[in-house]
Amino acid sequence: MSKKAPLEGIRVVDFTWAWAGPQASLILALMGAEVIKVESRRRLDHSRLRSLVAGPMVGPDSSFIFNTLNLNKLSVTLNLSQPRAVEIAKAIVKVSDVVMENMRPGVMDRLGLGYEALRQVKSDIIMLSSSAVGGTGPERSYTGYAPTFAAMGGLAYITGRPGGRPAPLMGSIDLRVGSTSAFAVLAALHYRKRTGKGQYIDLSSAEAVSALMGDVFLDYSMNRRVPPRMGNRSKFMAPHGCYRSKGENQWVSIAVGSDEEWRALCETIGDKRLKEDERFADCLSRWQNQDALDAVIGEWTSAHDQHEIVETLQKAGVAAMPVYDGPSLVQDEQVKARGTLTPVEHPLMGEKMVVAPMWRLSKTPAEIRRHGPLLGQDNEYVLGELVGMSKEEIEKLAEEQVVY
Amino acid sequence: MTERALEGVRVLEYCQMVAGPYCGKLLADMGAEVIKIEEPSGGDPARRVGPFPDDVPHPEKSGLFLYVNTNKLGITLDPRTATGRRIFRELAADTDVLIEDLPPGGMRQLGLDYETLSGENPGLIMASITPFGQDGPYRDYRCYTLNLCHASAHTTQFFVAQFDEPGRDPVPPGGFTAEYDSGLNAAIAVLGALFGRMLIGEGQYVDVSKQETLIGLERVDISRFADGSRAPARFGKQVGGLMQCKDGYVILVLPQDHQWQGLVEAMGNPEWAQNEEYATEFGRSQHVEELQPRVDEWIAQFTKDEVYHLAQKHSVPLAAVRSPEEVFNWEQARLRGFFAEIEHPVAGKLEYPTAAYKLSETPWQATRPAPMLGQHNEEIYCGRLGYSRQELVRLAAAGVI
Repeated sequence: MSKKAPLEGIRVVDFTWAWAGPQASLILALMGAEVIKVESRRRLDHSRLRSLVAGPMVGPDSSFIFNTLNLNKLSVTLNLSQPRAVEIAKAIVKVSDVVMENMRPGVMDRLGLGYEALRQVKSDIIMLSSSAVGGTGPERSYTGYAPTFAAMGGLAYITGRPGGRPAPLMGSIDLRVGSTSAFAVLAALHYRKRTGKGQYIDLSSAEAVSALMGDVFLDYSMNRRVPPRMGNRSKFMAPHGCYRSKGENQWVSIAVGSDEEWRALCETIGDKRLKEDERFADCLSRWQNQDALDAVIGEWTSAHDQHEIVETLQKAGVAAMPVYDGPSLVQDEQVKARGTLTPVEHPLMGEKMVVAPMWRLSKTPAEIRRHGPLLGQDNEYVLGELVGMSKEEIEKLAEEQVVY
Repeated sequence: MTERALEGVRVLEYCQMVAGPYCGKLLADMGAEVIKIEEPSGGDPARRVGPFPDDVPHPEKSGLFLYVNTNKLGITLDPRTATGRRIFRELAADTDVLIEDLPPGGMRQLGLDYETLSGENPGLIMASITPFGQDGPYRDYRCYTLNLCHASAHTTQFFVAQFDEPGRDPVPPGGFTAEYDSGLNAAIAVLGALFGRMLIGEGQYVDVSKQETLIGLERVDISRFADGSRAPARFGKQVGGLMQCKDGYVILVLPQDHQWQGLVEAMGNPEWAQNEEYATEFGRSQHVEELQPRVDEWIAQFTKDEVYHLAQKHSVPLAAVRSPEEVFNWEQARLRGFFAEIEHPVAGKLEYPTAAYKLSETPWQATRPAPMLGQHNEEIYCGRLGYSRQELVRLAAAGVI
């Protein structure tokens, strides 16, 4: 590694599990922080075992989902139902900068690992707790997953087709919560670098979703109004849609934001009806006559190949893109050229493709240095080197299922 | 006054609409001093997008602009003029971070590329936010939010497949979600670069691609396909999902067996639910055709709030699909202070969402409302750069500011 990573020297004790918490600590790990994932056979991160999308895994060390969410991290196994394991966890916290967890509010306190307890161990510790609806308030004990966060935060309600049902949103919501958490931790770290003070961060997943639609709440604040579901349409742009192209279930998206783009679209399609019909003469009339407009455009797109449409329109200066699903995205030229997906060698699964860091920092790059850890893979380093336990002691604790 | 996490960090924002400005807002909310640069002609197009009070357009009253620009200072400047460009360089020479969102090559055309600016300020962090990043075959492609969502598989991967109607056009998340995502991702990158600067003693260039932001949010699903293989079949159908109750919809996610047990208890232990095969996730997925109508029927007799609280008391992950109105009036969010009143000199007092995180030492604060167009010209140009007020008049007359 020739270049330094931005968070080199920062150590994170990571009690998070599932998807949202691990995405938060993944961001820090990609940025170069040493993230120590504390887990246990007694209660495994469920992404080691199973997934709503992919079903049960072969074994805890063969989960591509766990791998992709836990790159660069270390794993230590501690059975926190044992008091000795809690003491060891504290010893790790003592030599760390950040603690992250996303258990239900109160669980860390019951384990003896709440913020007040950890502050006694390390006075300037930064601790993030992420939960479904936050660690305070009457519903603090309520539980949830990504789709319920999207529902509670308001985003599911405004997502979907006009006149249709609200649309559930899935795992990407967890990862949005994770990004929000990572940002908060980085800001707290920045404050600590300057002042030497740690702090506690209480994060609500539902609120993390709401923050990504602030303008919608301003509309309610101003006008007591809730926007309708728009599907692929826009409040003010037209055409603005998802059109069928040649082939089975193939689509392209086309959006026009200016008269210049509109003229380019008309030239490319070459259909007289677009140029001559008064209903399409200006931006507003096009917006008002979208059904008719979409029908004409759809006729053209359905006669052409997806990539041909996109290339022709982009060449003319019109925003058009293919609608990708997973397999076709992997073949995308931009994704290939940028190395957005990159291989990681995993000791059990072999070479797996994962998403590269989502930022290109020219001098202190974020990097993938290692696969997601095998369960307990770093016990020796963490317990031995960091905490200073002897090999014999670690072995004994393993027998007692403290290190477990 | 309470302390701010990013106190002392100076940011220059030359961005429009949502992604770049949201990045700036996140930093400003944490206490960075963010100076937003707008075109003198009409400013950020977000000022024209709305929503507006009573639907009367007004450049100082756009809800979108107000939300994503809270806590910033605002100046007008046209860097396409020679003088404007010189002033831009003066500002960039005295800042920690510059965020910009021109198409790739745009800043170079203006003579304001990273090489030039970092020559005058080696500590400068410059972050560019674009649809596809600074290189690759699509770098010059046009792309609106809609195209972005579709071009990152975000519209096909993020739904619970069983709920979507096959053969219909896939739809993106509502609003400007993908743009907010990109702004948040960029803000993380900027903080990363600030840490990098503490390590190596100099700034750097940061390239943020919106497409990559969204792919990063789909990393779990994408990794199923990344080896080049076709999609492994989705695991069997789950009981739950989007369900209708008396006054709207709820979402139930029920992967774990103890959660199913909780639901059975909440339903009053009906006899039909006692089948042993239902006790495991696999068993339930095998019997989803008979289970789902039963659960649907049970849920249909409640309002969404009733069944939300009832289910949650049994530790069942069930949520009401709340409208923005219901979120706005949600007691939990209210008690946590998620909405805060901010007074703007033209738009007046309005309630804004704050932030999802409560930092104990450096809490979220609104120190100022979104800036009016050119509001801080005098403060920045005269106060900081030392121009006289007469020069300010000349700059304005010449269309530079």
